[in-house]
Amino acid sequence: MTHEIIFAGFGGQGILFAGKVIAYAGMIEEKNVSHLPSYGPEMRGGTANCSVIVSDESVASPVIIDPTSLVVMNGPSLDKFEDNVVPGGKIFIDSTLVTRDVKRSDVEVYKIDATHLAQKMGLPKLANIIMVGKLVKETGIFTYDEIKKAITKMVPASKPELLENNMKAFDTGYNL
Amino acid sequence: MEKVFKRPHALCDVEFHYCPGCTHGIVHRLVAEVIDELGIEGRTIGVAPVGCSVFAYNYFNCDMQEAAHGRAPAVATGIKRALPDSIVFTYQGDGDLAAIGTAETVHAAARGENITIIFINNAIYGMTGGQMAPTTLVGQVTQTSPYGRDAKTQGMPIKVCEMLSQLEGATYLERVTVDSVKNIKAAKAAIKKAFQNQVDGKGFSLVEVVSTCPTNWGMSPTEAMDWLRENMLPHYPLGVYKDKSNEEAK
Amino acid sequence: MAKVLVKGNEAIAEAAIRAGCRLFFGYPITPQTEVSAYMAKKMPKIGGTFLQAESEVAAINMVYGAGGTGSRVMTSSSSPGISLKSEGISYIAGADVPCVIVNIVRGGPGLGGIQPAQSDYFQAVKGGGHGDYHLLVLAPSSIQEMVDLTSHAFNKADEYRMPVMIMGDGMLGQMMEPVEFPEEEENAVYASKEDWATTGTKMERKHNIINSLYIDPNTLENTVIERQKKYDIIAKEEVMYEEVDTKDADIILVAYGTTARICKTAMAKAREKGIKVGLIRPITLWPFPTVAFDKVCDGKKKFLTVEMSMGQMVEDVKLSVNGRGEVEFFGRTGGVVPTPNEILAKIEEMAGGAK
Repeated sequence: MTHEIIFAGFGGQGILFAGKVIAYAGMIEEKNVSHLPSYGPEMRGGTANCSVIVSDESVASPVIIDPTSLVVMNGPSLDKFEDNVVPGGKIFIDSTLVTRDVKRSDVEVYKIDATHLAQKMGLPKLANIIMVGKLVKETGIFTYDEIKKAITKMVPASKPELLENNMKAFDTGYNL
Repeated sequence: MEKVFKRPHALCDVEFHYCPGCTHGIVHRLVAEVIDELGIEGRTIGVAPVGCSVFAYNYFNCDMQEAAHGRAPAVATGIKRALPDSIVFTYQGDGDLAAIGTAETVHAAARGENITIIFINNAIYGMTGGQMAPTTLVGQVTQTSPYGRDAKTQGMPIKVCEMLSQLEGATYLERVTVDSVKNIKAAKAAIKKAFQNQVDGKGFSLVEVVSTCPTNWGMSPTEAMDWLRENMLPHYPLGVYKDKSNEEAK
Repeated sequence: MAKVLVKGNEAIAEAAIRAGCRLFFGYPITPQTEVSAYMAKKMPKIGGTFLQAESEVAAINMVYGAGGTGSRVMTSSSSPGISLKSEGISYIAGADVPCVIVNIVRGGPGLGGIQPAQSDYFQAVKGGGHGDYHLLVLAPSSIQEMVDLTSHAFNKADEYRMPVMIMGDGMLGQMMEPVEFPEEEENAVYASKEDWATTGTKMERKHNIINSLYIDPNTLENTVIERQKKYDIIAKEEVMYEEVDTKDADIILVAYGTTARICKTAMAKAREKGIKVGLIRPITLWPFPTVAFDKVCDGKKKFLTVEMSMGQMVEDVKLSVNGRGEVEFFGRTGGVVPTPNEILAKIEEMAGGAK
């Protein structure tokens, strides 16, 4: 089984971190993983994206041409990647920020009011993790416990409130 | 019979290639005497430049590295950072230090790199046959300023000690010359201080030696000394341009 | 040791530290800056030196100075910065000073771009700087291989007293994969114990001189010939490459680094369509693995070189095949990464031509 996931949005939304959570969980579960970010001046407030592959096979090309899942947190990212998603693939949209509908009819679309929800929870920087929660739930790529293990390892032990907040955000997406 | 004057141990027993009347010989000897007197030869590593003193690696008895043109302060930085207990000096001319290697010179000083630089300023490129240097005086005739250096098109000469004195990182900057016994003694004292500063961990020291180039100036050695006194010293006044060596070592 | 998820640039930096490197001289340039940033964070804590030089020119000359003392030392940069370092690299090669140089290649020429490219192949293997010299050039294609080849680079630099280059590309520098690092205690050498280094005579030996100047032509020729003998040994002993399914292949892809991974995807797709495709992946770009071609050339197999350039390594492929098979080329450049489907289309075109 191979998951090829593109995360995309604005710089500053935690796009790369969202991808890293998935890659990290994959590593802990001894899958083959790669995490390829966009980089350069476009990262300074422009668009950011990363390609994450989680596979039972070794990862050949880290470049994702046809993602099995697409997570978008702004309009331009949907414009850029919508057509590439494999037929039957999944598109996760932060509907607070992406106002238009997906044009494709051969993909499954999940609209999550993530930025709005995150603001309401007082965790405005964790809309990305709400998106991850929904992605994990719908793709079944990892179990809840596997993600919790990954986030626990990624967050510095000295900052327990960070773990708590990330898990709150993850739960929100996961239980939608 | 007791020898009262002999070759310093830090100077190799080889024939120098320098022209008659060239002051490199004097300055080499002063550096070697200082290394002997401070007892540091065994832990000293010198960096030779590109220019007339390119073969300095054959003349000093300590370990030596030959740098690319202008890069001696960067090479010295690498050595010093690798071996902090060593004593590292560079020996550079004006083209090397003040033209192609300006950035390396300025930044080694700005970092307060704990090294010693001996800077020979004779206002000309010697090895390549007498071209205009960054320190060539206005009006001075060289192969590439055949009508005399024209400030309008070729700019003004660089005063290295004055320039570096603006940098907070530099510890000790002095300009000396070697045209007389009295001045040679003063030059040696300055060179000794520049090495002693390094031994004491006090940071970047540079001694500029106003020198002659009889061959490329087209003069006899004594005429060259006169020309130095009449033309070089008014533009490049001798003296201490910066000295914070009395402050506490870092 | 457990696996960790790291960026290629950080993997090289950590691997260098575990190989005993305690001196790093750098200058910021995208897409390799994380190497410097990692060193800046780590070195002061382990008694090492991180120095941000005033330029790439200064940085490489600091490497020369430190390498001349026999200490393990590294610098890293990306294409335009490597052009600036090339003067120093020539001096380092000419003075037989060991060091490791990392090039995380971006698109050129000139300021070019910042996206991944392989257009510095000529610069790395055919010179860059002036004079008769070679670098041992290592081309990893995964983050784990970046780690493994970094240790290897330091060992070979010391063994042969020469500069070794690790050549990645922007993608390898920026991407993250799980890797396992070697334990430092088992892996590290901090300084060469050789007697040539300028460590101070301690008044116990004749002075050592690190130098590349030999004003007498005969003396210079002799030093160049002596160095060439070393290169001849390296060309025999140090070749590294990966070979995948070449035996039954009608078409053999030749690619290194990131491009080789993309080729593997294209290869699998081609095999699904019944086209027998194999791969030769040079790991040492110099010395080039000519021997791999001697093993597979039977007059019938065709070769397709794939690069992120307008065709540089393809010249070495042609020299290695030496008329014993057709050699074709597919490349994208300027930071554009070839897709598996583009490569597949080229494979199909070649396979069609064979029928």
